[in-house]
Amino acid sequence: MQRWQMTERLIPRDLSAHPRAYAPDYKTSVSRSPNQPLLSFPTTQTEITGPTFGHDMIGQHDNNLILNFTGQPAIGERIIVHGRLMDEYARPLPGCLIEVWQANAGGRYRHKKDGYLAPLDPNFGGCGRTITDADGRYEFLTVRPGAYPWPNRANDWRPMHIHFSVFGHSFGQRLITQMYFEGDPLIARCPIVKTIEDQTQIDRLVAPLDMTMAQPLDCLAYKFDIVLRGRTQTRFENRPEGM
Amino acid sequence: MVQKLDHLRETPSQTAGPYVHIGCTPNFAGIQGVFDDLGADPFPGEGDRITITGRVIDGFGTPIKDPMIETWQAGAGGTYGPGTRGWARIVTDPETGEWSLNTVKPGAADGQAPHIAVWIVARGINLGLNTRIYFPEDDHSADPLLSRVEHRHRAETLIAKATGPSAYAIDFVLQGANETLFLDI
Ligand SMILES: [Fe+3]
Repeated sequence: MQRWQMTERLIPRDLSAHPRAYAPDYKTSVSRSPNQPLLSFPTTQTEITGPTFGHDMIGQHDNNLILNFTGQPAIGERIIVHGRLMDEYARPLPGCLIEVWQANAGGRYRHKKDGYLAPLDPNFGGCGRTITDADGRYEFLTVRPGAYPWPNRANDWRPMHIHFSVFGHSFGQRLITQMYFEGDPLIARCPIVKTIEDQTQIDRLVAPLDMTMAQPLDCLAYKFDIVLRGRTQTRFENRPEGM
Repeated sequence: MVQKLDHLRETPSQTAGPYVHIGCTPNFAGIQGVFDDLGADPFPGEGDRITITGRVIDGFGTPIKDPMIETWQAGAGGTYGPGTRGWARIVTDPETGEWSLNTVKPGAADGQAPHIAVWIVARGINLGLNTRIYFPEDDHSADPLLSRVEHRHRAETLIAKATGPSAYAIDFVLQGANETLFLDI
């Protein structure tokens, strides 16, 4: 008889790595943050499994935000955003869906609720998606999004950012975050950034300029690595019948 | 001194913001022709359908109009997957905040009572909120999650109400006296 049974589990989430739910300088969080503690429980099949997506669902220009809206190039500073998706043990996560959305080069979203003065770019939709390769790598071609003002305190501006929605291999790994750009003075002033208390964790959202990937006479590059929760195994001893 | 553990920390979450639909359901957001919205039907063409409706309610008691909800569940036979089978992405009515999920009733998986896992993101939610939907007609006495809940009225926030044949309703309440039980999964 097999002595040990092994079952897959997620490494418990370190909530100190994340923003606090209630962060009053980000006003909307005040009425949308739960007051009661979260219920912790051991990983079940429900959290360890999750949807998977095939490379065949990705169209040729899905990860090219410069061309994917009309086929004509969007206006703005052309950039490559690339990086690796991995887990807490630094193992690559291949075959994972990454979706991005962003404002155009002037800081305006293509959305009926966005009334900012900056004009829409007729050739910029603002969404993209890709699936990580066998090494967990991904790449987008886009324009650098503009900073934009938003109604919060009297004069709050979002730093330049790209929103990322990331799947791992488990529903319990699901993550949405934002990537910022090295050198942007608005990062330190942003109440959404500062919902994260740990400065070393904030730094992990700031993508450095990566001249190794910049294309001469074409575009600059930024590198943004993403870490999802790790999976490991729990072993428990088989007990003889009746004990 | 000891060796330094070289494990990485999870990338921190940030709010999905008010424009999450541009990236996750671009056609719903009015951006057509780039790619299709995913997760519209978790079990295409399968089995006995149920419909679950509800709202996401903030601390003022107001339904919020801009969340995105994802669900993940076993099929009728109690197994997960493959692919995107069992996964849904749900938007709410932009006027009323009502959402609805048309799916199949999950079977019992892994010694658990039948349930649907739920993940909610929105502007003002800094880390996606996890919860579950259970069904009123099932036996919950041996469910490993529900049996951990100390206060019965907290467990009840996870159990949908039957509203008709194959129809259920459940609200996700972010804050206050009827706050939904959210999970550290
Ligand atoms: Fe934004």
